[in-house]
Amino acid sequence: MSVIQQGVSIVQRALRAVGSHDGWLAGLLLMAGWLALPSLGIAAEGTTAGPTEYRDIPYVGSRNLVWIVAQLHLLLAGFVLGVPMFAWLCEVIAWRGGEKRYDKLAKEFTKLLTSAYSTTALFGGILLFLLVAFYPKLMNYLTDVFFPSFLLYCFLFLLETATLYLYWYGWDAMQDGRKKTLHVFLGFLLNFFALFIMIIPNAWATFQSSPVVLADGTAFERAWAATWNPTWWPINIHRLIANVVLGGYICGAYAGVRYLSVKSPEEREHYDWMGYVGNFIGVFGLLALPFAGYWLMREIYQYNQQMGITLMGGFLSWLFILQAMLIGVLFLGSNYYFWLGITYRIPGSEGKYRRAMLMMLVSLLLCLAVWMTPHSLVASIEEAQKMGGAHHPLLGVLGVMSAKMTVSNLMILITFMSFVMYWRAGKQDTAGWAKLAKAVMGAVLVLASIAVIVLGVWGYFVPAIVRINYFSTSQVLIVIFVILTITPLTALLLKSAKTTTEMVWGSMPPRAGYSLVLNAIMVILLMTLMGYARSSSRVHWHVYGVMRDTSPYAYSPALGSASFIMAFCTFSFCLIVAFIFWVATMGDKYKAAPGSGKGELPHGIPAMAGGAPEKQSQG
Amino acid sequence: MGALGKPIILMVAMYAFLKFGLPNIPGSAPLPSSLIFLYLLLTAGGIFMFKTLSGESKDAFWDPIRRFLTGENIGGLQALRYGVFILFPLLVGWQTYGSTAVSDLPPTESRTIHPAPPGEYTGLSNPVPKTPENIMQGKGFYAAYCSPCHGGNFDGKGPAARGFIPAPANFADPTTIAMLQESYLFWRIKKGGVGLPIEGAPWKSAMPRWEVELPDEWIWKIILGEYDGAHQSPRTWE
Repeated sequence: MSVIQQGVSIVQRALRAVGSHDGWLAGLLLMAGWLALPSLGIAAEGTTAGPTEYRDIPYVGSRNLVWIVAQLHLLLAGFVLGVPMFAWLCEVIAWRGGEKRYDKLAKEFTKLLTSAYSTTALFGGILLFLLVAFYPKLMNYLTDVFFPSFLLYCFLFLLETATLYLYWYGWDAMQDGRKKTLHVFLGFLLNFFALFIMIIPNAWATFQSSPVVLADGTAFERAWAATWNPTWWPINIHRLIANVVLGGYICGAYAGVRYLSVKSPEEREHYDWMGYVGNFIGVFGLLALPFAGYWLMREIYQYNQQMGITLMGGFLSWLFILQAMLIGVLFLGSNYYFWLGITYRIPGSEGKYRRAMLMMLVSLLLCLAVWMTPHSLVASIEEAQKMGGAHHPLLGVLGVMSAKMTVSNLMILITFMSFVMYWRAGKQDTAGWAKLAKAVMGAVLVLASIAVIVLGVWGYFVPAIVRINYFSTSQVLIVIFVILTITPLTALLLKSAKTTTEMVWGSMPPRAGYSLVLNAIMVILLMTLMGYARSSSRVHWHVYGVMRDTSPYAYSPALGSASFIMAFCTFSFCLIVAFIFWVATMGDKYKAAPGSGKGELPHGIPAMAGGAPEKQSQG
Repeated sequence: MGALGKPIILMVAMYAFLKFGLPNIPGSAPLPSSLIFLYLLLTAGGIFMFKTLSGESKDAFWDPIRRFLTGENIGGLQALRYGVFILFPLLVGWQTYGSTAVSDLPPTESRTIHPAPPGEYTGLSNPVPKTPENIMQGKGFYAAYCSPCHGGNFDGKGPAARGFIPAPANFADPTTIAMLQESYLFWRIKKGGVGLPIEGAPWKSAMPRWEVELPDEWIWKIILGEYDGAHQSPRTWE
């Protein structure tokens, strides 16, 4: 038998073996091949002379691979850093208020966290290897600048990991008395370390966009100057809020999927409630996110006019129309979920609130129409001729920031009122001052809306700096004032209110679950979109104005190509999250099966992915 | 078809307004199909959301559609149903053909009107003091060199404007020069259409390269005159 025939028979045997194992082996082989791709590049590079600046891999391209892995790492990190915040908050609510279901919810969130944490670290490790392999010159430079913070980062990672282990595995053991206090403190520490784990790498990324380089000084001084760059804090705040939003909506989606699949009424109730909490947390963050985004863009614009124009007026400006669409769907989806909640969870409320819902929906759609109207329109030559250019003479005014800021503030106000409406549904005020309070709330809302619109229109007639520094800020302050006025007033009113209709959990229709999933996908797409925008604003620079990208990839991909990678990242992240959730709930499903008590198992379920603590809670 | 009547009327009314109503408002113009599609999509999305807010409204909305598609108790509408079944695939086919067939029309444009300026033009401040004399002188230069296209009223309606597609910029519009820093205008006046970077493709600008004819000081004075004449202020950070 010739060598070729032998080879063919080996391949055939391998294929048969693959076929008999339901594709798992094929998947593993593909994964191994994918992970081995960089070695091709490393091998190909061996012949070049002098210090290596770049390495590449065939077919995929080094930039695309780094892009995908970095984006997945970032998405996972957003989830891992966002979830502890509200898991801890839920635990505190349960601890102080005595509502055990919040503790259960916090524990379920944390269970998802444990398995997601290791996956995040895994992608972080892969990203680091790829960066070192593909961009040695850049990594050398960044290491030189940031070496002290690398050490600090490693140390913080050790602390975070130890705290997470203690927090999760000690959950049931630390339930009573002072032990619970210690556990709550561990939750606080978890978030404290997580905050620093987020802001240190933010410094590396923002340094690339807005570098501050000290020629002299000690390593620590140079690292500190580079860290405290103009866009560091805007990004820190923006990402902190975005992580809460991502975590909230993903937990909402998890609850939505579980809600659609569970059978027992108790579980339906639990996951319906969990979906509500996830959506609430997502909306809570979403209300603040546009403010943080606006501040970030302002800082970028002020730091460098070129970068600001590339983002907001240049070739990346189309991304902001896509962003408007995604945020719009997110606002609509979140409100839709609130309205479904009023209709289905509070029987008899539909008739009372249907008109209000219609008005809110129409207002949201009008705002979204304004937000999505581009300044320069996509038009055929014939259409452009009729308009007299790419700007529509009437609707062109909707394409600039004054209009966008106004409608985004109005959408925040409407969404807040949706929540207040949901909060008040099924309750009757009994306080003597209820009428006056409602009149005050109504007046505050109407006056605030008018003020936001007036400032928005006025913004066209004042210098840009007045609009940016005073009018836009005032609009934000007005919205915050409304939220801070109406929330305590409503809470006070509801304290003495009589419940006329009890909330019925577990009665939501399937489309409520789907809307939760849609919201999560919108947030993920948004993060991939804006991640691309932030990175691409550096154009052909690794470190803006300091280190030029001299690789063959020193060009910005066409928006269509970029969209493909964004969609791929979103899809891959959804798959990874689905896998993590599947692993995390594997133990629950096993225990839920009849006659499968853990006590009957000789060795128990492996203590990964959150299986272990349940053992104690069962006993 | 009762519950479907209102949504259908709303969609038709919205289309009629966007296609025929809005363009006829004084100072308006026909909307490009991309914008009409966007607004109709939002309208349809809104209808879908509102109609599915409760079980009753959802059933009232979907049941006629379901009955029509399945042919259940629709009486005399059977012929229409078959007509839809034949015409709808043909419509999809026609749309597909229309969007993929070779056309002699120029492609739709997504032109970047304000590409980012080169690094050397960012952060420049106007070296000419903003005095009445300099503004007056700038307006004089503007009248001589710019007004034939950009108009004596700074509104983009100069005598030569009709010859250009796209039309010269309207400086009186608060969404043009008021959004830009003076250094941006300096770059665009100095380098003109030929100086547009790659992202400014397809480089549709007939703006002359004024650096050939005008000294920098004159260009800065023209910028002062433009902002003053158009009653706009440049973007600043102070």
